[in-house]
Amino acid sequence: MNAALLVILFFLVLCIWLGLQARKGKEMNMEQWSVGGRGFGSLLMFFLLAGEMFTTYTFLGASGGAYRSGMPPALYAFNCFYFVIAYWMLPPIWKYAKENKVLSQSDFYQKKYNSQALGILVAIISVVAVIPYLVMQLKGLGIIVSEASYGSISPQMAIVAAVIAVTIYVTVSGMHGAAWTAIIKDILILGVVVFMGFYFPFHYYGGIQPMFEAIHTAKKEFLIFPEQGLSISWFVSATIMTALAFYMFPHMMAGIFSAKSGKSLRINAGVMPIYQIIIVFSLLIGFSAVIQVPDLKGPDTDLALFKMAKLSFDPWFVGLIGAAGAMAALIPSSLVLTATSTILSKNIYKVWKPNTTDQQLAKLTKMLVPIIALVTLFFTFNGGDSILTLYLMSYSFMVQLFPALFFSLWKKNPVTVQGAFAGMIVGSILVIYSTIAETSLATLFPSWPNVIKDLDIGLAVLLINIAVTLGVSVVTRKTAASVNDDADISNPA
Amino acid sequence: MKKIFLLTTIPALGSLVVINRVEPYIFGLPFVLFWAICWVGLTSLFLIVAAKFDPANREEE
Repeated sequence: MNAALLVILFFLVLCIWLGLQARKGKEMNMEQWSVGGRGFGSLLMFFLLAGEMFTTYTFLGASGGAYRSGMPPALYAFNCFYFVIAYWMLPPIWKYAKENKVLSQSDFYQKKYNSQALGILVAIISVVAVIPYLVMQLKGLGIIVSEASYGSISPQMAIVAAVIAVTIYVTVSGMHGAAWTAIIKDILILGVVVFMGFYFPFHYYGGIQPMFEAIHTAKKEFLIFPEQGLSISWFVSATIMTALAFYMFPHMMAGIFSAKSGKSLRINAGVMPIYQIIIVFSLLIGFSAVIQVPDLKGPDTDLALFKMAKLSFDPWFVGLIGAAGAMAALIPSSLVLTATSTILSKNIYKVWKPNTTDQQLAKLTKMLVPIIALVTLFFTFNGGDSILTLYLMSYSFMVQLFPALFFSLWKKNPVTVQGAFAGMIVGSILVIYSTIAETSLATLFPSWPNVIKDLDIGLAVLLINIAVTLGVSVVTRKTAASVNDDADISNPA
Repeated sequence: MKKIFLLTTIPALGSLVVINRVEPYIFGLPFVLFWAICWVGLTSLFLIVAAKFDPANREEE
């Protein structure tokens, strides 16, 4: 047992203790457990939603991406589009959810379209999309803890221990546990990342500009977008795709439902970009590794940050970095687990067995947490993708739920249940196909111009999805003129 | 409503514009990176101003 490991262990215990504390004085019914009783004010909301920006991706993915491919993945890490979408879309979603007592993201679809079957489809797609996301977090966590322990703990063992920890505290306190631990996590990450982001460039290169100049001389084209591949067109399309998908995730929707007012969500959208500034430091760390540790290949590139840290600091500080990183993976995982198990029990099991009482349902939801965790473990040990790849895969699935939600917020929803169904199914199948066959627009249309070839596949599939959704809606509306125009009015419950 | 909508479209579009060049360095950062960071700050500014004056806030209360 070394100093680094002790520090990580300390924070892990602290996390669990806080999770257990959070439930005190609250009766843990379903609404408390899943959406924190819908009473989180601006500040707690801010930490909860913004916490989602500080994940393994920020910590390892962004620095690893900058290290591996330079500027394009680095700029992709900033996504201002998120917040503009958040500003406009979240308050109406929240309002509808409150008025209709919506608890989960698939509830939302089910009530808007007055169709249980659609609720189930949304639940299934979300669970499928959430798996690569959880795998990404766990994989990152394994890397972090095993690196920080100087190899004395294998990544596999670290992942198993983390799954146990996260399962305990999610089961016990649900949304409340996540909110409070998120605050410690953010402070820790902020400190560690900002410090390293300054320290490395100054220590190894004598400043930030000298560092970039050194990289620019050593690797021409590294600091700008290339003509093809990760080009500007990739950047723009991937940015839009991720922003649209971001709030579709079941745990993000659950986060939105926890808000106290539409205003707190709007202000939140404005404050969150400030949080993103911290990614700059993560990028500086990645760039500083380019010349210092030049030999990382493939998925190992995600280790850039740790290689630099171990090269430069004492074990106890590496442990602190490890703890920050581990929490960056744990908190989002716990949010995802809470939301996913709520969906599985409420939107699939309860539909199947409508007589289930609320107590039984709450019990089942908590039992599902370890089961989902185990499924994720299985996939984590059986795949070899980099963090950025898993991230994009998960988002490509999730964005397929966007059209049906977007149009349902219109005063007069142009989309019918059949249209929503068709769009989601076609979209998901195409994403599965392109993931398995590893297609991109470049392999499909090799002779087309780069501007089109480099477009993000998730966004391309989304456009097909929208066309199918609207197309089928027009046809079904014509054949069944009696279909209600507005699910709001026809189904107030 | 219309004015606030405009206020939020500016950062949406601006952040997607890429100025693909390394020089000049600003605060030690390559220009392309500096530009992107600028838009993060501007997005925040525009959205906070919009949130402050959004008439929808009053309707909800």
